Amino acid sequence: MMETVSRPHATNLVRWAAARPQVLVLSADLTSSCEADGFRDAYPERFISCGIAEQNMMSVAGGLCREGFIPLVHTFAVFICRRAFDQVAMSVAYPNLPVKMFGFLPGITTPGGATHQAIDDIALMRALPNMTVLETCDATEVESVLDVACAVPGPVYVRMLRGEVPRLFPADEPMRIGVPRVIRAGADVTVVTSGICTEEALRASAVLAARGVGITHVHVSTLKPFDGPGIDDMLAAGGHGVITMENHLVEGGLGTVVTQRCVAAGIARPVVRLGIRDSYSHGAGRATLMREHGIDAMALVGAVEGMMGEKLGISVDHLAAVRVEPVHSAAKAEAL
Amino acid sequence: MPEKDLRIEAQRVADGIRRRVLEHTVRNDGGYLSQACSSAEILAALYTSVLRIEMPSAPIAPRPYAGTPAPGNAGYRTGADFNGGVRDDLDRFILSPTHYSLVLYAALIETGRMTADGLDKFNVDGSSVEMIGAEHSPGMEVMTGSLGQGLAQGVGMALGRRLKGVPGRVVVMMSDGEFQIGMTWESIQFMAHHGLDNVLVFVDVNGQQCDGVVDSVMGVEPLDARIASFGGRVAVVDGHDIGALAGASSLAPDGRPLFILARTDPCRGVDIMRSRAPKLHYLRFKCCGDRKAYTDLLAAWPTGER
Repeated sequence: MMETVSRPHATNLVRWAAARPQVLVLSADLTSSCEADGFRDAYPERFISCGIAEQNMMSVAGGLCREGFIPLVHTFAVFICRRAFDQVAMSVAYPNLPVKMFGFLPGITTPGGATHQAIDDIALMRALPNMTVLETCDATEVESVLDVACAVPGPVYVRMLRGEVPRLFPADEPMRIGVPRVIRAGADVTVVTSGICTEEALRASAVLAARGVGITHVHVSTLKPFDGPGIDDMLAAGGHGVITMENHLVEGGLGTVVTQRCVAAGIARPVVRLGIRDSYSHGAGRATLMREHGIDAMALVGAVEGMMGEKLGISVDHLAAVRVEPVHSAAKAEAL
Repeated sequence: MPEKDLRIEAQRVADGIRRRVLEHTVRNDGGYLSQACSSAEILAALYTSVLRIEMPSAPIAPRPYAGTPAPGNAGYRTGADFNGGVRDDLDRFILSPTHYSLVLYAALIETGRMTADGLDKFNVDGSSVEMIGAEHSPGMEVMTGSLGQGLAQGVGMALGRRLKGVPGRVVVMMSDGEFQIGMTWESIQFMAHHGLDNVLVFVDVNGQQCDGVVDSVMGVEPLDARIASFGGRVAVVDGHDIGALAGASSLAPDGRPLFILARTDPCRGVDIMRSRAPKLHYLRFKCCGDRKAYTDLLAAWPTGER
């Protein structure tokens, strides 16, 4: 039975920041929603309330870096990437300052609808020079991403998970920058996933493997830079091709970086990109939206069948039950 | 320097700023002349008496462009050394509207911080003396020019300085057009909420912006009442009165950020420019006769020696 951790960032942040006096937390009226309330209560002098004013917050963060501080900006991903893009670019990214931006509610992880769903954040942040882009997929990565982000001497954007978060990877196997995790090895198809899609792929790949399909499953947490050791061999491992699956638009995210890498490395195989296809989304539950946008375990099975050119007779019943979260979870500050 | 001599020196700097920018405009068939006319006394007051900063050991020759900040660009540096470098007990200066860069460069020359030939590199490919300066440009240390971002970056510095408990202030120069920007009001609100009184903002209220007169583009008045209502402390002064500018800046901190609204004349010292109103943002000569009028003005300009 997979372990689920409640609010892993909330407790981890307090522990992690205890001996780091230069670390500040900036929040734009979403403190509990971004699990920074524990930090606020433990270190009130290092908690900077910015109000609903993200443009000012991002430039203030840049100014704080110039006085030697490390600001951890906490808000929803959409408000970092869309509302304050110019400020992130000119006050943070251009001067290569160590602002660490924690974007919550990545992709369709929220039923808050199009206004709250960051489906373009990876594309936007990847485009910025000097920016490092990370994405968490489980409690272990949520807990270890602080060390990873702060070891980078420049700006870092992190797609963060909150609430009830599964632990897919052992707590003693932390995220490492630029190092993809190879979860399964096989010779037929390479499957590359990130974020919440990795859990879906775990379900599908177990059933696929049982049917004799050789899957190389690679989990990626560093979306920029995408040049880690062994990546080309992993991409080339699947003889039929590569399938990417991500909680983001297919343009500019994981599917794009994998495709670019394959072309650059001369890996002449088909690449099928599963993700949100040039569309906004709407308010609904996570499982519904993942099914609707074709980024769940069944979608991956269908893509593998297409790439293999054969029907494998796998149905929903064969997959482990899709994890359904109640919209009004006790672990969330509000039902977003 | 005694008070009276200081005023004389500051006015000499202001006159020199106008002359250098006029000279540059004549030589290059265009320039940001109205900004020099309106803000010469502000820059002069800042560099002769307001800013608590060090002098470089000698006037600095502008460096060539050395790339943008990036991992591996070890040779990168900002233009802070023209202001004597960064120290916790000294002020940091941020020019927010970098369309005033030419004025800043002229001020640096007039105050012995930049070599006199530094303006020869203005807007020359491969030079750091950029037309709309970046943080590698002389006298700059923060990436401004995307209007509205200078104040907030200064606010971050000021907050950092308060957290560290160090005395150096952050002095920001802004244009009145920047008060049309929502972010500016976010920053004022933030400073008021957090009680930051180590920020000093000089605003060149020249009533001019790119499209013309501020009032015709998007009114910001009453600016003093608006800022005060957001929790700022406001002093309104004649922006060409150096004594008034310096005096307002010496008010004892009272928990509020201080805004010095310097009411200025965008044609001050160059009356022939008035015929171009309301479009004064960038001066370009329309014909030979037009150019001759400015050349004659330059020829008649008194050259104040340091």
